[in-house]
Amino acid sequence: MSVENKIKEAQSIKDQMLGAYPTKTARKRQKQFVVNEPDQEPKQEIQANMRTLPGIITQRGCTYAGCKGVVLGPTRDILNITHGPIGCGYYSWLTRRNQTRPESDKDVNFMTYCLSTDMQDENIIFGGEKKLKKAIEEAVDIFHPKAVGVFSTCPVGLIGDDVHAVSREMSEKTGVNVFGFSCEGYKGVSQSAGHHIANNQLFKHVVGKGTTCAQGKFKVAMLGEYNIGGDAFALEELFKKCGITVVATFSGNSTYDQFASAHLADLTVVMCHRSINYVADMIEKKYGVPWFKVNFIGAEASAKSLRKIADYFEDADLKAKVEKVISQEMAKVKYELAIIRPKVEGKTAMLFVGGSRAHHYQELFREMGMKVLAAGYEFAHRDDYEGREVLPTIKVDADSRNIEELHVEPDPLEYRPRKTKEQMEKLAQRGFEFRDYKGMMPEMDKGTLVIDDINHFETEIIIEKYKPDIFCAGIKEKYVIQKLGMPLKQLHNYDYGGPYASFEGAINFYQDVERMLNSRVWKHIKAPWQKHEPLAAVFINGAN
Amino acid sequence: MLLRHTPKEIKEREALTINPAKTCQPIGAMYAALGLHHCLPHSHGSQGCCAYHRSMLTRHYKEPVMATTSSFTEGSAVFGGQANLLSAVENIFALYKPDIIAVHTTCLSETIGDDVTQIVSKAIEEGKVPAGKYIIHANTPSYIGSHVTGFANMVKGMVKYFSIRTGVKDNRINIIPGWVEPSDMREIKRLVEEMNIQSIMFPDTSEIMDRPQTGKFEMYGTGGTTIDELRATGDSMATLALGHDASVPAGELLDAKCKVKLYDLDVPIGLGATDRFIQTLGEVADVTIPDSIERERGRLVDILTDNEQYFYNKRVALFGDPDQLIPICEFLVDIGMRPVYVVTGTPGKYFDERMRKVLESIPEAKFRQGAQADMFLMHQWIKNEAVDLLIGNTWGKYIARDENIPLIRFGFPIMDRVGHSYFPNVGYMGAIRLVEKLMNALLDKRDREAPEEKFELTF
Repeated sequence: MSVENKIKEAQSIKDQMLGAYPTKTARKRQKQFVVNEPDQEPKQEIQANMRTLPGIITQRGCTYAGCKGVVLGPTRDILNITHGPIGCGYYSWLTRRNQTRPESDKDVNFMTYCLSTDMQDENIIFGGEKKLKKAIEEAVDIFHPKAVGVFSTCPVGLIGDDVHAVSREMSEKTGVNVFGFSCEGYKGVSQSAGHHIANNQLFKHVVGKGTTCAQGKFKVAMLGEYNIGGDAFALEELFKKCGITVVATFSGNSTYDQFASAHLADLTVVMCHRSINYVADMIEKKYGVPWFKVNFIGAEASAKSLRKIADYFEDADLKAKVEKVISQEMAKVKYELAIIRPKVEGKTAMLFVGGSRAHHYQELFREMGMKVLAAGYEFAHRDDYEGREVLPTIKVDADSRNIEELHVEPDPLEYRPRKTKEQMEKLAQRGFEFRDYKGMMPEMDKGTLVIDDINHFETEIIIEKYKPDIFCAGIKEKYVIQKLGMPLKQLHNYDYGGPYASFEGAINFYQDVERMLNSRVWKHIKAPWQKHEPLAAVFINGAN
Repeated sequence: MLLRHTPKEIKEREALTINPAKTCQPIGAMYAALGLHHCLPHSHGSQGCCAYHRSMLTRHYKEPVMATTSSFTEGSAVFGGQANLLSAVENIFALYKPDIIAVHTTCLSETIGDDVTQIVSKAIEEGKVPAGKYIIHANTPSYIGSHVTGFANMVKGMVKYFSIRTGVKDNRINIIPGWVEPSDMREIKRLVEEMNIQSIMFPDTSEIMDRPQTGKFEMYGTGGTTIDELRATGDSMATLALGHDASVPAGELLDAKCKVKLYDLDVPIGLGATDRFIQTLGEVADVTIPDSIERERGRLVDILTDNEQYFYNKRVALFGDPDQLIPICEFLVDIGMRPVYVVTGTPGKYFDERMRKVLESIPEAKFRQGAQADMFLMHQWIKNEAVDLLIGNTWGKYIARDENIPLIRFGFPIMDRVGHSYFPNVGYMGAIRLVEKLMNALLDKRDREAPEEKFELTF
């Protein structure tokens, strides 16, 4: 199909969707669709990080989920206490597949525990602070943690419980670093608000408290890597092979001490831009550690990211080592692609998920020779679609204003620019970019459809119209799509597979997707008599 | 050790719940509403509640779990959720065309005091509810009771909104199955049909939470109790409410509203509870228990008498919901096992009363309900004196692995195995399946761990 026709088709699908909505809903929804034309000037704008319209079957979760579940969930030695009725703690208990590997059997791992104040009606009526204090006391007494995080659920803010005051008081009383999060579910329009709240509190209460970190010549902090299915394990290994020291990961396979010492790295790299760019920015402002965006989803992307890190450190040995690792790893990747690519080439995919995954995973599909027809994020902002250059033009609405913007100044003692002004300029001259995220839309084909915060109704329409071979989303969508007789690849929990990061992860992904696309199970949906197939056996009549 | 920080020494807690044996009301309301024909559950609160409930139900059933949310933001939390619910109603009927929207509240909408009855009236006044379509609701504050309470409240809502007494009794029996699997609901219906009794089951999640793969997505599935059936419940000759927590409240309301006689029964898990269910059915409908059912029972008793030795005195720890724990413990005692530790987060004195009787012959048994009756406490009990078997949901696998105890997955949620939605636990056939599972668990461990000279070919 020509690009013009593709654009026309996408436009007509968009119109069909909007046509079915009540007028008010259509008006709000229309700006969250873009028929992608990346070369257009002025650049196309998409509306994102907007309120979800009630009743439309969204993929989105809440602020608490973004804060307690996503950002703080993967850390094994901060004792997380949910302050609220039992459900929120229960649903976020071990359900996100962020793996962790304590150094030994004796080392701390609280991830298997769900702690809650289990608020009852009397706590709602008379306040829950007393119960929270007691719960922290009991938790410290049983678990002896070095830090405690207190997470607010919806009723907490409404009844006026001050989790921060309680945390301060309990810190003094117990000698443990106790800090609170005002991450009530309604605080933002999606999980995204929770990420920001988590970033702020980690920066205020933990980052910078450490004085020592893992030693090495090239020290990096890796942000926005949550170790789903062991992604962080794969990256730790890759970095080790290259001679790069990971001082801290936010927050897959991480510890409190790593967070506390993240500012001692000489470079911050950001994987998931949406969930953690705030911390990267604040570390740079306060401690002078530069950051840039990397992507280790996709073999080519992994190679590119490794080269950029080596380039940043401007060290010939490191560059040589990185090249050696890349060539070793790429040989394995190419071998695998030679087998897999012919089996999947030309097949089509759609990705509607997360705040960076819908972008990153397009790399892997491209490497397999597959086409992405449409994509969108569940909880991203405009900069994740259009690139960080639009940041100054994003309007701060009432919902975003709820979330505190920390004012950060260079630390009088610890601010230490890792590169001189001249070095930075020189790097810039040869095209080296910091704080760089170009977003999803520029990398998608002309005529593809970009939809923010897609809902079930729209999902059914685009599948019917585009008939993709595979759809990527999450657990809630998994069996909805599969009932249509096609596979859904979960990109939150990886369908219990993975890792998908790094070169090794890319190979895992190619294999998993090829298996899903060509699995025999999809061929059994119709019974033979529904397909009017003649019976294989022959009826044998009597003595014959 | 995955739960390496759980100390053997038990200290009483007053405020902290650790590894709960319950969750919150709204998820139960959502599951109950999924058992109505062409019904879309709606969560009136922040969108995270709906996302969490849908995710967990999906992990358990591996089926589409369709539900909507009012998507509260800070503004709605301050000014009330009326505008959100009204706009949700409009969007839902325009896009998803259900017959019923079943609204349940959350801790957020309950704390701010949203009046759903009033909002629904307003939606009707404003013409947002098409003719022949309905909105029902249940108040399900998360800070009272548990997921079971939420289920019960939504089932009560069904009676409140639909049951009518025309004055002309018909010969049907209402069956409120409680929080059981679609497979259990099918099995209960099969037993009732086997006895030639007409019945109305509500809710009924079969053909919704166990849908076939057809290559077509159907928004609501083909199953579920219809509006006509719900209306007719008011004229039925009796209600069998299976489960004191999940079903009896609706049965009581139906009795009060339409004078339908209520029979308060256990969920028919195991021999005793199934006997009572079958006998009550027979008496209420005035039918003789058919030979086919007696033969089913006989097969169960046969497997018990054949294998009694493997169960005798085996110590079992259980966690879950009272409606299931009561009959399953009764069954374990019936076959010679010792349910020594039983916890449920679902509060209520009824559990204590029943367990005292059920476990009368097991003096060492400890059981507990309510906030601190959690898996952490049960694990501590186990650490103090070991058990041979653990029965509960998927979270039990952490304790099972640490302590090397076989786990039988039972209850909600089961997120790491399949089968529960297809093979029943209720009735005599369900009990045979339970016996099979009990034996497999115990004997697999024996086979795995027996010294070579003690390794047996035949059991």
